[in-house]
Amino acid sequence: MADENNDARPHKRRWLVPLIFLPFPAMLWVPFFNSAEPALAGIPFFYWYQLLWIALGAGLTIAVYFATE
Amino acid sequence: MTINWTALYVFTGLFGFITILGFLAARWRQGDLSQLHEWGLGGRRFGTIITWFLLGGDLYTAYTFIAVPALVFSAGAMGFFAVPYTVLVYPMVFVIFPRLWAVAHRHGYVTAADFVKGRYGYRPLALAIAATGMVATMPYIALQLVGMEVVIGAMGVHGHLPIIIAFIILAAFTYTSGLRAPAMIAVVKDLLIYITVIAAVIIIPAKLGGYGAIFASVAPEKLTLTPPAAGSLGGYSAYATLALGSALALFLYPHSMTGVLSASSGHVIRRNAALLPAYSFVLGLIALLGYMALAAGVSSKPEFAEGFKLYGANFSVPALFLDQFPSWFVGVAFAAVGIGALVPAAIMSIAVANLFTRNVYKEFIAPNCSPEAESSMAKIVSLVAKVGALVFVLNLEQRLAIQLQLLGGIWIIQTLPAIFFGLYTRWFDPRALLIGWATGIGTGTWMAWSLGFKTSTWPLTIFGVTMPGYAALYTVILNLAVAAVLTLILRAFSATTHEDATVEADYR
Repeated sequence: MADENNDARPHKRRWLVPLIFLPFPAMLWVPFFNSAEPALAGIPFFYWYQLLWIALGAGLTIAVYFATE
Repeated sequence: MTINWTALYVFTGLFGFITILGFLAARWRQGDLSQLHEWGLGGRRFGTIITWFLLGGDLYTAYTFIAVPALVFSAGAMGFFAVPYTVLVYPMVFVIFPRLWAVAHRHGYVTAADFVKGRYGYRPLALAIAATGMVATMPYIALQLVGMEVVIGAMGVHGHLPIIIAFIILAAFTYTSGLRAPAMIAVVKDLLIYITVIAAVIIIPAKLGGYGAIFASVAPEKLTLTPPAAGSLGGYSAYATLALGSALALFLYPHSMTGVLSASSGHVIRRNAALLPAYSFVLGLIALLGYMALAAGVSSKPEFAEGFKLYGANFSVPALFLDQFPSWFVGVAFAAVGIGALVPAAIMSIAVANLFTRNVYKEFIAPNCSPEAESSMAKIVSLVAKVGALVFVLNLEQRLAIQLQLLGGIWIIQTLPAIFFGLYTRWFDPRALLIGWATGIGTGTWMAWSLGFKTSTWPLTIFGVTMPGYAALYTVILNLAVAAVLTLILRAFSATTHEDATVEADYR
């Protein structure tokens, strides 16, 4: 196995890495999303907001992966 | 309940298929299975896709698929904490675990306790880390069987024989193929899970009148967390700390470590931190099945009364599938859960075997054993771990397994200071870490005990404000504080003589 394969730390633009921690404030500040309104297609805010953050969190991670690799 | 033959045929057929796959796995990317890192880590050769299936199959277990919607079914919004939990875990994986992989690869570490021993050069601490991992994992294996028992029972087959047969199959292919078997079977399991969930979230809402109608049929006070009373943070702090504490604990479990260390590079781990949320999304949809079960009114249908009596809320999803799906598809869905129990159970027993062999047997009993002896010891221990879990499920109450698993989360998080902080700094004194660990384990166990093992939410009161929160999170903070203060004290009085076998370059 080549040694550069083992170097898994971001090489460039490492300052972008903290962006992947955005879901922490977004999902831990519970009063912000603990409501039924605004509902989306009948789905209460509490649920679609948190489901949306799964996609946002993954999107941020993918973006940071490519930006730093 | 009468036997559902169509579902049972499909279930048995799929089970037979993965059994064959499990034995064939020994030949896959063939390695010398008499070496522990080949048997127990698949030779550290798994690329992005296999690691994705393996970790997905490992972390999102059968029990998760039964218990999370069951909690939403009975407790409502609080049960949805599984979603933030599985979102918050991946940024940490992205940042922390490539470092662990690198140092483990450089030094041939197979377990987290191997790393702790190398980093701190203090055997009692490494033993504490290994023991915590083994003890916390055992009830987790037992719970996988509980998940399997529910779906087999839902097909009308009762008694312990099916579980015993499933376990013999599991034990046999784990013994012969090691980690390659669950890695290969995980691909089938995950495909079945995705098919089932996609069908469920399209077909069931269509039958029940859409998502709007499903949510409208649930009592409004159940749909959101009850706003806390004055002087308390109530459900808010409970929800947030359960999510954060569970996220911190998840990758400290030995089976997660095994999944991470079997990757072929740190890049594979970082890519997986971005790709694994696909499972979290599926888990979120699965959680909503709890509401679909409420909307379908399965708990009041006479044909499911017996199932709910036997398995409680855990029967809500099996009942929903029986109610909404044709029998053959019920077989597919239940096979997904049943196989979903085998994959993590196999990885967990391999992880326990790796820990015992490396950090107890080789460390304290037979320091000069050959690699072959080490590997065959691990194979035997993996059998013992599974038999232990089986005896557990057959003889003890299911409730005890659930309570012990709850304690397991509180225990495993106490290894965080030594492992996560250890990956970045050698500042902590290992003796201080050991006392911090003991403090965390002691306090956490006491908290769970004084709550009657019914909940892990501890009503912490600071300056007159009550903050109900996950005992694991509170006790690991205490653990860290004790370790930090003691490190300062020990440093003032005596120089540490423990050696660090690693250097900073090993972590890159």
